[in-house]
Amino acid sequence: MPGTYPFNDNAVGNRLFLQRIVAAFFVITLLSAALIVRLIYLQVVGHEHYASLAKENSVKIMPLVPTRGIIYDRNGKVLADNTPSYSLDLIPEQISDMDDTLQRLQKLLDIPPDKIDLFEKQRKRQKRFTSSSLLLNMSDDELAKFAVVRPYFPGVDIRTHLVRHYPYGDLAAHVIGYVGRINEAEMKDLPLAEYRGSTHIGKLGIESSYEQILHGKTGYAEIETNVQARSLNTLSENNPEPGANLHLTLDIDLQKTAFDALEGYNGAVVAIDIKTGGVLVFASRPGFDPNPFVVGISNDAYKALSQSDDQPLYNRALRGLYPPGSTIKPFIALAGLEYEAISAPQKLFCPGSYQIPGTTHKYRDWRKGGHGSVNMNQAITQSCDVYFYRLAGLLGIDRMHAFLQQFGFGEKTGIDLSGEKSGLVPSRQWKQEHKNRDWALGETLITGIGQGFLQVTPLQLARATATLANRGNTVMPFLVDKIVSPNGTQAPPRPARQTIPLHSANIDSVIEGMVNVVHSDRGTAKSIGWGIPYQIAGKTGTAQVFNIKQNAKYNENAIDFKLRDHALFIAFAPVDDPQIAVAVVAENGGHGGSIAAPMAAKVIKQYLHHLKAAHEN
Amino acid sequence: MKTETRAEHFEAPSILGTLLRRLHIDIPLFIALFFTALLSFIILYSAGGQDMNILYRQAARICLAFILMTALAHVNPYQFKRYSALLFGMGVFLLLAVLIMGQIGKGAQRWLDLGFFRFQPSEMIKITTPMMIAWYLSEHALPPKIKQLAIATVMILIPTLLIAKQPDLGTALLVASSGAGVLFFAGLSWRFIIGIITALGALTPIIWHFMHGYQRDRVLTFLNPEADPLGRGYHIIQSKIAIGSGGIYGKGWLGSTQSELDFLPESSTDFIFAVFAEEFGLFGCVSLLVLYLLIIARCLYIASQAHDTYCRLLASSLAFTFFVYVFVNIGMVIGILPVVGVPLPLISYGGTSIVTLLAGFGILMSIHTHKKRLSRT
Repeated sequence: MPGTYPFNDNAVGNRLFLQRIVAAFFVITLLSAALIVRLIYLQVVGHEHYASLAKENSVKIMPLVPTRGIIYDRNGKVLADNTPSYSLDLIPEQISDMDDTLQRLQKLLDIPPDKIDLFEKQRKRQKRFTSSSLLLNMSDDELAKFAVVRPYFPGVDIRTHLVRHYPYGDLAAHVIGYVGRINEAEMKDLPLAEYRGSTHIGKLGIESSYEQILHGKTGYAEIETNVQARSLNTLSENNPEPGANLHLTLDIDLQKTAFDALEGYNGAVVAIDIKTGGVLVFASRPGFDPNPFVVGISNDAYKALSQSDDQPLYNRALRGLYPPGSTIKPFIALAGLEYEAISAPQKLFCPGSYQIPGTTHKYRDWRKGGHGSVNMNQAITQSCDVYFYRLAGLLGIDRMHAFLQQFGFGEKTGIDLSGEKSGLVPSRQWKQEHKNRDWALGETLITGIGQGFLQVTPLQLARATATLANRGNTVMPFLVDKIVSPNGTQAPPRPARQTIPLHSANIDSVIEGMVNVVHSDRGTAKSIGWGIPYQIAGKTGTAQVFNIKQNAKYNENAIDFKLRDHALFIAFAPVDDPQIAVAVVAENGGHGGSIAAPMAAKVIKQYLHHLKAAHEN
Repeated sequence: MKTETRAEHFEAPSILGTLLRRLHIDIPLFIALFFTALLSFIILYSAGGQDMNILYRQAARICLAFILMTALAHVNPYQFKRYSALLFGMGVFLLLAVLIMGQIGKGAQRWLDLGFFRFQPSEMIKITTPMMIAWYLSEHALPPKIKQLAIATVMILIPTLLIAKQPDLGTALLVASSGAGVLFFAGLSWRFIIGIITALGALTPIIWHFMHGYQRDRVLTFLNPEADPLGRGYHIIQSKIAIGSGGIYGKGWLGSTQSELDFLPESSTDFIFAVFAEEFGLFGCVSLLVLYLLIIARCLYIASQAHDTYCRLLASSLAFTFFVYVFVNIGMVIGILPVVGVPLPLISYGGTSIVTLLAGFGILMSIHTHKKRLSRT
């Protein structure tokens, strides 16, 4: 055993260890020698070659940044383009008296002292022959003032560069998105070569989801420079490929109509072209002006936006989760017919509330006195809650869950924007997993009127409405219609449509009820049905923001605005040849019929009017 | 041994010498490290665009690192040995924690946020891995048997793979070589060493398979930098121009044209050697290498004089790892090795590596200055 002869073992260990130390030092010296050989190769043998590259003929590789693609709406109106921005640049080398020049400029253009300080700091870090900007983003006034006296300022010049500009401001900021300065985290994931020289990157909306296509391919120029790296002449150029232009399905005029109609409320309007799935309107209110984000929004301005109670940065159309309220009823009704849980003519009695036999909890109808005996058509028209409590009870949550999922509720629509929310269609399994409780019958009932756990986005509502109008042939919403580049025009890949197996007669029954919502005397949205030459099928909805206590009465005027019900409306038109599907959510709007329906009607009327006009031409 | 002890008594009779000995500082090593740190300031001032803020921050880190080194030099090596396994286990646990937190968050994460500073477990493991292996092997007879080799290999691979997964190839390489260094000094037979090198060669395609896209890019770029002049190859091309244009005597301090105008990326961190080579030429490069070799030689000497197996293995492995640092960094900057993120030791700008390196030297000093006491126990 080695342990019993420590002395001997130590001697052996000593020798072996010392051998290893010597061997290691030998290897280390050898490898160091290899480094030196390589250094000799670079610094002695290759010195002249590298010195000429670095000195007289040093070749600088300059990235040539591609121009970003332009974004158009469906009618060719520009939604995002690149506009020239002017900066006042000084080249220190050409200015004999810097202090004097700065003083005169300060007087002329009323430049705040902190900008002068910033310029001085920047200048000291740079070579004398490179220019530094004193003013960025000059106004027309400043440009004019300087242009007159320019000859008296040698070495001072106005430089033009392109800045992303969004002419429609807050109107469609959430959809179009914006570009902003590339930050450190983004830099890490970007292809280094492609973004050498690029300063901005899409941060939100289409600008972000189509970043690669809009950005284009960076080119480069090999520029011969002298000993101080001053550019002498260009040796070769590898031109950049500009980014492709995008043509959206969005109709910016229609978007404006929707956005203006929402005035006074936070909320969203989504309209979809039923024939294609192209999104016509994608409005979220309040909006925000994306332009300050391009040049760098100030901390205070950003704080004001991000901390506002109205959450203007939040894309409600894509990410807002709302209980659908009664707008879910047409889908529940269709489920009832398809599963043969009920027939269309079958009448159920509505006394104004519903109790599960053997319990005391009252599930109320919105009309205190009840609707009396109603069939499906009347139940949809008048939005009878008791009818749908009972229908939900007949269907059960499992079938409702399966049916609603077919219409795209509870899953992302797959629109070409990132950050979409999937909403929630509750099921037994979901409740077990997330609440650790068994499903309760009462929850089935309130799901039948679009309350409880059910959560949908305005986009999902519009998509489901379009699919219903399309008679079960699912509509897949998208925003980019065409990608136009010098190499040709192409359409981005789109998910395949599916067909939900539905009986035609059942669809007709439900649509008939929705037509009566707008066009019958007892319809909850009859105000919008007057004087139009075509039929609109719609459904109002009022989504509870908070629960009213049993036996208490909902009094709109007595409660805080923020706790008022959300007003919803879904619709499509014309009924005989569906073109457009709309979903409106007006937060705290109170009533779907009086607040949300007129908003949708404005969008539908304008769109069909233009469609007709275009057709006649 | 006795003459050696006496020599030490005569060596530093001055008050300063006594003080330094009380502080458990090894004077030759301390002087070499001090000069290297000084050199770091000189190069950084030029490479960082004459920005004093960079120097202040580097100075703060170096001070902290020297304090840590002195503190560790004070600790009896017996304590390092005693806590080797515990520290190693903690390090691996923290690596796992970082990995899991990184996956919960998004993307690569290398550090734990302790509020007042960010702690990189991978830095700690650079030292605790050789400690662990040295402790494990010193508990058995040397040279190690197959079973101990297998266990030691697994112990090296665990932190290495965890760090490679972060992904931080450079640090993984350093950790692996610190462990492998211990095995080598423990007397791993030459046949084994040659076998492992051959096996590694055969494993290359498999390693390639597990690499991240950007890591593959680096290797491809290393093989042919001119293919991608704007992207990854840019570093290497510009670095070679900078070094080559420096010539034998260099362009003088602050005379580099390549780094001045941002031709050379990462000029104050991983590629700082290129700036040094441009300004001080072949002459300066060889001098720097000699300075490094002196440090390594002193460390190996300390290892050879150590009294127990644990101290010998740990000291020699730390010396070896220091050389791997130097070789990998300079090798990548002069274009004979692929670009992995390894800083130039003691000179590159950046905090964590300098602290870890000087902590290692602190352990070496502890081993050297506690010899007598240790031999008595």
